Amino acid sequence: MTVKKFTFPLLVVAGVFLVTSLAVRSPVAAVPRREGPALASPGADISPVVESVDRELGRAWAAHRLEPAEAADDLTILRRLSLALHGTIPSLEEIRRFEADSSPDRLAIRVSEMLDDTRFSDYFAERLARTFVSVDTGQFLIFRRDRFVEWLSESLRKRVAYDRLVREMIAAEGVWTGQPEVNFLTQAYANDEFDYNKLAARTARAFLGQRIDCAQCHDHPFAEWKQSQFEELAACYGQVRLSPLGLNDSKDREFKVLDGDGTTEKVVSPGVPFSSEWMAVEGGRRTRLAEWVTHPENERFARATVNRLWALMFGKPYAAGRPVDDLPNPGDPATADDLRLLDLLARDFRDHGYDLRRTIRVIAASRAFRMSSVHPQAESDRLNDLEQHWAVFPLIRLRPEQVIGAMVQSSAIRTIDQNSHLFSRAIRFFRERDFVNEFGDPGDAELQERPSTIPQALLSMNGQFAEELAKPSPFNSSGRLGQVETTPERLLDDAFLICLTRHPNAEERAVLLPELQKGDSPSEESIQDLFWVLFNCSEFCWNH
Amino acid sequence: MFTRREALRIATAAGVSFLWPGLSARAAERRGPERAKSLITLWMAGGPSQMDSWDPHPESGNAGGITALRTSAPGIEIAQHYPQMAEQMRHLSVIRSLVSKEGDHERGTYYLLTGYRPDPTVQHPSVGAILTEEQPAPGVEIPQHIVLATGEGFVVPRGGYLGDRYDAFRVSNPGDNLQNMEQRVPAARQARRLESLDVLSRSFAAGRKRQVEGTMHGHVIDEALAMMKSPQLRAFDLKTEPAELRAAYGENGFGRGCLIARKLVEEGVRSIQVVLHGFDTHADNFDGQKTQAGILDPAFATLVNDLKQRDLFDSTIVLCIGEFGRTPWINPLGGRDHWPSGFSCVVGGGGLRSGVLIGRTNPDIRDDDAGKLAKIPADPIEVPDLYATILRQMGVDGSKEIITPIGRPLALCQGKPIDRLLPG
Repeated sequence: MTVKKFTFPLLVVAGVFLVTSLAVRSPVAAVPRREGPALASPGADISPVVESVDRELGRAWAAHRLEPAEAADDLTILRRLSLALHGTIPSLEEIRRFEADSSPDRLAIRVSEMLDDTRFSDYFAERLARTFVSVDTGQFLIFRRDRFVEWLSESLRKRVAYDRLVREMIAAEGVWTGQPEVNFLTQAYANDEFDYNKLAARTARAFLGQRIDCAQCHDHPFAEWKQSQFEELAACYGQVRLSPLGLNDSKDREFKVLDGDGTTEKVVSPGVPFSSEWMAVEGGRRTRLAEWVTHPENERFARATVNRLWALMFGKPYAAGRPVDDLPNPGDPATADDLRLLDLLARDFRDHGYDLRRTIRVIAASRAFRMSSVHPQAESDRLNDLEQHWAVFPLIRLRPEQVIGAMVQSSAIRTIDQNSHLFSRAIRFFRERDFVNEFGDPGDAELQERPSTIPQALLSMNGQFAEELAKPSPFNSSGRLGQVETTPERLLDDAFLICLTRHPNAEERAVLLPELQKGDSPSEESIQDLFWVLFNCSEFCWNH
Repeated sequence: MFTRREALRIATAAGVSFLWPGLSARAAERRGPERAKSLITLWMAGGPSQMDSWDPHPESGNAGGITALRTSAPGIEIAQHYPQMAEQMRHLSVIRSLVSKEGDHERGTYYLLTGYRPDPTVQHPSVGAILTEEQPAPGVEIPQHIVLATGEGFVVPRGGYLGDRYDAFRVSNPGDNLQNMEQRVPAARQARRLESLDVLSRSFAAGRKRQVEGTMHGHVIDEALAMMKSPQLRAFDLKTEPAELRAAYGENGFGRGCLIARKLVEEGVRSIQVVLHGFDTHADNFDGQKTQAGILDPAFATLVNDLKQRDLFDSTIVLCIGEFGRTPWINPLGGRDHWPSGFSCVVGGGGLRSGVLIGRTNPDIRDDDAGKLAKIPADPIEVPDLYATILRQMGVDGSKEIITPIGRPLALCQGKPIDRLLPG
């Protein structure tokens, strides 16, 4: 009788466990962790362009009479890389392995390993998805963001060239579940119709780095975009429609706009705002547009992409003081000098098959990425100049999923990746949503500088999640360290490495050790307090 | 024989007399119309059906059994599901002819929260954020822009280009303990934690002082700590309110939220939004709207009455609105679909004129009516005009232009105030 009574609840529990496992399963088979040196001198192929980048940086510094900051230490750079490429911080396991590697190019080796890791393709798929389809939920059933992000992730994993990726999106056809790239277009479906203007604006912003949205309603006040050019660009998407077979172009559909006084409709033919000779001669409207956008001579395409990659690595775009998707025209004399580095990277990106990973490696190897955020002149009125010309590494607030990634990783000693225990991944899966909701999603404006807010402070000081992670248990690092580490000094050192990717300094040791040294071994409370402090300091949630 | 109206009035007065708690002896507490004004928005998420609430048409074939109640405002009738509101109508005005071009939930909500249609070039601030930014309330240690909701999610009025700090502060499960407001350890331990935090902040700031100041992190921690200790948090505590009053508002998330809204007004909070979900009745409209009315009617009516009794009504604008209305015709599932061309809101308080009725809709439009003109109501009111009215009444110049982050000047509100609602 007793057994029967428990059968149903047990089945329910098993069912829940099964469903959860299915939800957090990785789409990719477990990848064996690489041991030992991965590549022989992985930086060799890019060293000429890295030298050019560094030379260009040096030229700008000299021109503005700026002394660059000193090089940051390797652990700091490792943390920056983890945050930029994986949305999390290095685990204790990874740190120990890194510290044990004495090769002079261990950072370059690490970058290559990180780019091979599926965590990169998953994280960057999400970051790039924001560019392509923003954060709106779109029309129910017609827009499948989850499928779109999966497709992006898979394309990144298979190292699909970026220009091909973009062409696939612009010219996509089919059903948005079977051909997930179609979601690039169905995201613009609302109120039972396609918003062609939205697609045109997004094409210009995401792929050309130009905001021509103003020209939707009138001629742009301070650039040369005319309303007619915007309409022609929108007309390239003007034949898109939904049918039982999914999304495709209807050849007999015309794109119409209302004339000036809003009464008569006129047909607008597809066109591009410049260099129409780059449009393919044959094919549907969108195929021709796709060829135009990704044409090798279209400098804006490479520039826009490289500016965004820089922004994803540093937290803000290379072209200072402007939105990431609103660049000056190439060759514009007022800014040409400032943007020489950008053009250099753009040319390299294009010349090497629009390989995202290559450009990332170049940026990661540059002096700008490897310098410290500490600068002797930071107190002076030169701070703005230093930041604008990349003579000091900027302080940028972590995004919510980076914060949660960092917290979840800090609660473990081993690396949490797709090989990880189901339990760890499940925690992340459930908590991430709640946390992002509370922490605040910056939405489209994610790459603009934003200070901390009160709800975030309340969340990290008093929130349940942080408390759970900090409270010692057999499953987390605060618990395991308490059991494993022999001395309070070692425990403190490990805790700092786990949370802040550095060793504590003398003052910190002096203040923090006494609580841990009370009694025979550090109390659970003192360990929990230590982790609370590490989670709540600004160093934890600001990239530096 | 008492008329129905008189009977209602006596019953309410009798009810109120035992609901009226002794006002606390806070000498500094100001009342009456000279107080700085607050805005309470009751947000009807999903799109409330105007034909089942503030714009009944009992004579129409589309009425579906809705009858009209006369209210204390002459000439204004509302649906029979709202008997308590019928009593309070004389303090409020009704607009029946709001028009919008946004029939999608997300876009419609954006439009109704900000007064601007979604625009990829700029994030517009919500009206609540504008009020908070233009009229900061000195001495208020808790957030001045707050949104209260339950369970199904927030409809968060954002700060937009004014900045994240003007985003509405979110309170889920009003009436429960505030999330994340209480420190989790006793005072001595918390003090030790904060001391250690200081040491780490010093290490980080070494050599980076100005940059670290720019993060506002330390400042924000201090503000959060001040909020955690502030006596003004009592506004969120319902245990001090009499049980009868809580019952009058309704023992549900929305009712509790409305009661907290009143308390927040007393503390000087500038803008409060209380969210009620469940109006998106694409199927089974009549039961659905009736259920909603069962929650909205007592909460709204008690709120108005409560504010009146405490002499706060003249300094509090109350607005009840959703992202759009619902179709006059019934669909095959017995539901009504989205309808932005002639929907209703109720607005009053803060010195606005009461008893005003604006607009008239046609309930007999068919689904297949050709041409767009048939849908537009008489005396259409664009949504921005409603907000221009509210801003004007609260002493904010809606036409003031702000330079947005992309360099484009933009007025806070693009509407013109509705003179019929403004006093004098």
